[in-house]
This record gives sequence, structure tokens and C-alpha cells, in this order.
Amino acid sequence: MKQAQNHTKNYLYAMAIDLDKCTGCGACMVACMSENNVPFRRDETDQLLSMKWLRVYKLTNGKAYPDHDVCYLPRPCMQCAGQHEGHSPCVSVCPATATDYDQNTGIVSQIYTRCFGCRYCMAACPYHVRLFNWWDPVWPEGMEKMLNPKVSVRMRGVVEKCSFCFHRFQQAKDRAYAKGKRDIDEQDYQTSCTQACPAGAITFGDLNNPSHAVTQLVKPDHKHHGRPQAPHAFRLLERLGTNAKVYYLSSREWVRKMGDNYLKNEKQAGSH
Amino acid sequence: MDTALIPDGVKRCPLPKFAIGLTLVGLVLAWGVYAMLLCWIKGLNQTNMNNAYGFALWIWADLAVIALGGGAFFTGFLKYIVGKDELKNIINYAVLIGFICYSSALLILAIDIGQPLRGWFIFWHANVHSMLTEVAFCLSCYFGVLTIEYIPLILENKQIDKVPFFHNLSHNMHEIMAIFAATGAFLSFFHQGSLGGVAGVLFGRPFGYREHILIWPYTFFLFTWSAAACGPCFTICITKLTEKISGKKLVRDNVIELLAKISGWMLLTYIIAKSVDTWYWATHTAPEMGLHVSHFYSNNALYGYWILFTELVVCGFVPAIILVTNGGRKNKFTLISAVILAAVGVCLNRWVMVLQVLAVPVLPFESWELYMPSWQEVATTILPVAYGIILIMISYRYLPIFPQEKELNPVE
Repeated sequence: MKQAQNHTKNYLYAMAIDLDKCTGCGACMVACMSENNVPFRRDETDQLLSMKWLRVYKLTNGKAYPDHDVCYLPRPCMQCAGQHEGHSPCVSVCPATATDYDQNTGIVSQIYTRCFGCRYCMAACPYHVRLFNWWDPVWPEGMEKMLNPKVSVRMRGVVEKCSFCFHRFQQAKDRAYAKGKRDIDEQDYQTSCTQACPAGAITFGDLNNPSHAVTQLVKPDHKHHGRPQAPHAFRLLERLGTNAKVYYLSSREWVRKMGDNYLKNEKQAGSH
Repeated sequence: MDTALIPDGVKRCPLPKFAIGLTLVGLVLAWGVYAMLLCWIKGLNQTNMNNAYGFALWIWADLAVIALGGGAFFTGFLKYIVGKDELKNIINYAVLIGFICYSSALLILAIDIGQPLRGWFIFWHANVHSMLTEVAFCLSCYFGVLTIEYIPLILENKQIDKVPFFHNLSHNMHEIMAIFAATGAFLSFFHQGSLGGVAGVLFGRPFGYREHILIWPYTFFLFTWSAAACGPCFTICITKLTEKISGKKLVRDNVIELLAKISGWMLLTYIIAKSVDTWYWATHTAPEMGLHVSHFYSNNALYGYWILFTELVVCGFVPAIILVTNGGRKNKFTLISAVILAAVGVCLNRWVMVLQVLAVPVLPFESWELYMPSWQEVATTILPVAYGIILIMISYRYLPIFPQEKELNPVE
């Protein structure tokens, strides 16, 4: 097994979201829920109980008209690497190894059948991407026939989160194998939110591959945990050392500043 | 009717009176059991927890009872390892209180997890890097130790003691109790610390996160220290409450004062260390994350600087100074006030290290999240209290818990 892993190519999947392009339409959220069999309830008014692997935040600059400005920020799982690859906030704390950092892809997995619902990972995640199944999933009559057979549904009492549509990666590998290819191409593996975004705001790919669009957009500094070197690129809560693999792009300074916490007398750091 | 079971030379209330008391507390217990069954059958949707508050009242209760139950390991450590022999007169009760606290903690954890039938996964699929794994292992082992420490006490019941096997077993268990006390102290140092580490390692949560010594965040040491300081205070509280209810003196003042003095010095040193830790966190750790200390104590309806002041001064320095002074310990009012304040202080510390950690917004575009527990959460939190009262009532009635009771309360 170890030998087989050594022969596996190391990918580092990441996402870049251009906030200047995002219109806040929510197509990414719908696509994500549909693709990943994310359950919903008749009453979804309480957002703190709502299951959304990808949530779109509405940010404002807090200024009055005519200087008022709005930005929509889609937030999937950040797939954090932590200070050393794999020391993600959630992975390091899970007592039952029910969440893991895949060294071959950089994706943080969630093993639903092993999770016993202690919710320590939820307490550890500063992005609130982890969601608990407070209820068993119930779909409207007939809808269960339309569920994605590639993704298991989750039961009450376990935690779930965005997986960067990991099943699509597995499918892409299978297709590549069937075709006799050793590697998968950029377009072979794309997340559902990336494909659903009508504005083309989301770019997904392998940071270890310089030809991938995401790498060119964010220009990661691999010596410094993938810190973005591209102008206007930033990551959420860079200072905490979570080393997220979701990058944001914005030409607006106030938007970039919303990505992290700063003391009053501090200048914005992180992005360029 | 049950006089054959009551220890010789002590007086107990009539059985009907005892039964009425037991029934009243039993009703509260039944309420808690009903809420517990609701949570198990219908799931955690019975609570007011949500995706922002994955940890809430139960985890606080868990951490609090484990800290309050710290009197068992620290009193055992003082008696068996340090050699403070006078404490033999309170060690039984400390063990009983510890047993109640730790069994309660395990019960609360069993209710708290989303998939109770998978609870054993924490041992089977153990992640050795997780503080919670260490807590689970040490907690379970220490509960085993407390059970072993409690068994000889049960075997001392008048009727059980008549059986030669049980009499000899009890005697032999007493002989080797120092080994279990040492094991218990070792395990407790680790799981109390690991509970501190639960919040201290959360580098995504600036309010809980602390710098490290090797792999252990400062909260690791502070939690052990505070449990050793405040656990015995809780033991004194409950002893005094039992004396009040039974109308008898059960433990001599010199024993209480010795334990109070040691607790006082532990509390004073702890609260100094805690103050230094808070200062370092406020001036170094939090600013490095881009956050001023005021961020954690403003713009919300509950968490202000008052909570920090209450924890450090009102429930920290004040009781510590009372307990280290001879006059403070001799005066009944100040002694009781100090031990109550210390117990409240450690509970408050556990509250902020669980609930405030989650309440504070981390993303700049999010806001504070406050939470109010559901009745099911409250009932299941009161459940262990009712269970504890019942166990104390039964143990006090039928077991020789207080070795000094006979000589302090001679029966005519």
C-alpha cells in the first residue's frame, strides 16, 4: 500500500474565487446541495441549523450611498493544511480519526461512518464549514430517486462538510485508468460549484501544476505554505496559520481587508 | 426497618423520612432521565445547540464536574503520597464525590455525542494527536480507579462486612490503596490537563488558543492546577452542606482547615499563573492574530470584562487570600464563602473556555453568537446532580463514610 502511494502523483487541489465576478446568485450553493445530497428541511429560516456545504456571505463596506459597496463571498471548506501539511484545525482534534488530510490531494475528508458526533471539529473550525446532522435527512416524496448515487447520504448525529467533490476526483482517476492515462487533466476533475458558476468566478485546479489556471491566478509560494503572491489574492484568516486552499481575489481593498483581523494601528498584511 | 444496615454507633433519620427525601430527589432524577431518553431517541435536535454552538452546556457541565471532582485525586495524593494522615477523615467522602462527578461526566458525554452507539470508536479508531482521545482514555481509567477506591467503602457496610471474604477483601484493598491513589493522581494530572488542552490547541479559535510548552498549551497545566486547587474546596463545600442537613459535625475542624490551607496555596499560585497567562495572551497571542483584547469582551449582551474580573479577582484572589490566612480559615463564614467562591470560579473558568470560545466571532464579517439551552439540556444537566444527591444519601445512611462521626456525635 505504501509502495503504491509512493507511485501516486501528489496533487494539491485548490480553489480561487474572484469576488469581483461573483454576483451572489447562489447557483454554486444549489449545485453543491444537489451534487452532494445535502439534506434540507421544510423550514430553513434558522441559518444556524441549515446544512450548506457552501455558503454565500454578503459583505458590505459599511459606507452610506453613494460610497456603499457590496461583495458576495462564497465559502466552501477551506481544506486547511495547517502549519505543517495535514495539521488542519479539525483533523488534528478529531478523536476518532473520522476526518483526515489526504496527502495525495490536499483534501480534508470526512468519514461519516466513523464519526460519532462529538463535534470537536466544529469547535475547532474558525470558518464554520462543518455542519452537524441534527435530524435524519428526509427528502420530498420521489426526490430520493434523484439523489447522486456517487455520494452517500449521511445519517443523524454525524458531522459533514464540503469535500471538493472528492467523488469526482475518484471518477476522474477511474476514467483516466480506463483510457490508459497516468494522469488526469485539469478539466477531468472540477467541482460542481465551479461548473455551476454562471459568472466563471470560481477556478479549481492543482497548485502543484504550474499550467493550471488556479496556480497562475494565485501564484502560491510553496515555501510559505502556499501563501498567495498574486496581486489582489488573499486567504481567509491567513494570520491564524490555517493555510487554507481556497483563495479569494478582489481588486477592492476593503474586501481584501475583510479577509482577516487587524489591529487598529496595523496596515493590511497578507495580500499585495 | 433498615437498622440492620446502618453502621453501629451512629444515628440516622427514620426510614419514612429518608424515603420521602429519596422520592423527591428521585422525581427530579426521573425528569432528567426522560429528557435523556428524548435526546437518545429523537436525537440532539432536542437541544438548542446549532452549527455555531457544537459545544454547549453539556461540555461545560462535563468540564466543571471533572474539575470539582478533582478533590478525590488531590486529597488522595496528599494522603497517600505526601503523607498528610489527618486527611484519612475526609478521603472517603472525597472519593465518593469524585466517583459521582466522574460517573456524571461519562453519562453526560454519552448523551452529548450524536451517535452514542459509536462511542467506543474513540478507543478503537483513536487519534493520538487529539486531546479528546487522551481525555477519554484517562477519564475511563480514572473512573475505574475511583470505583476500586469506592468498593472497600461499600464492603464496610455492617451486613456485607460480616461475610469473611468481603471483610478480608476490603482490608486487603485498603492495604494497597496507595497504589491506586498514585495511579489516580497520575491519570488525573493528564486528563485534567487534556481537558485544558481541548480549548488550548484550537489555533482557529483565538479566545481559547494558548502558546505551548512542548506539545502542551498553557491551559493544560492551568486546568490541572485549578482542579487540584478547587476540587478540595468543593469537597469541603459538600461536607459542610452534609453537616448542615444532617445537623451533625462529621469532620473535625483541623482536617477541614488543613485541606483548606493547602487548597488556598494551590489557588493563590494558580490564580497568579492564570493572571500571567491572561496577560500574555492579551498582549502577545491575540494581537499576533490581529485581535485586540477588547474584541473578546465587547459588542455582545453577555461577555464583558466583568466575567474576567469575577473569575480572577472575586472567585480567585479573594478566596485564595482568605484560605491562606489563619483567621480566614478559622472563621466559619469566611471559610464557607471562600470555598464556594473557589468552586464557582473554576466553573466560570470552564464556562468561558467552552462557551465564550465559540461565542466570539473569528471571521471579521461574522458576529457574536449567544445561546440559551433547551429544557432537555437543563434537565439532563440537573440529572447528575439528583443522581449524586441520591448516592450521597444512600452512602451516608448505610456506609461508614465519616470515621470521626461516632466520636463527634456519641449516641446516648
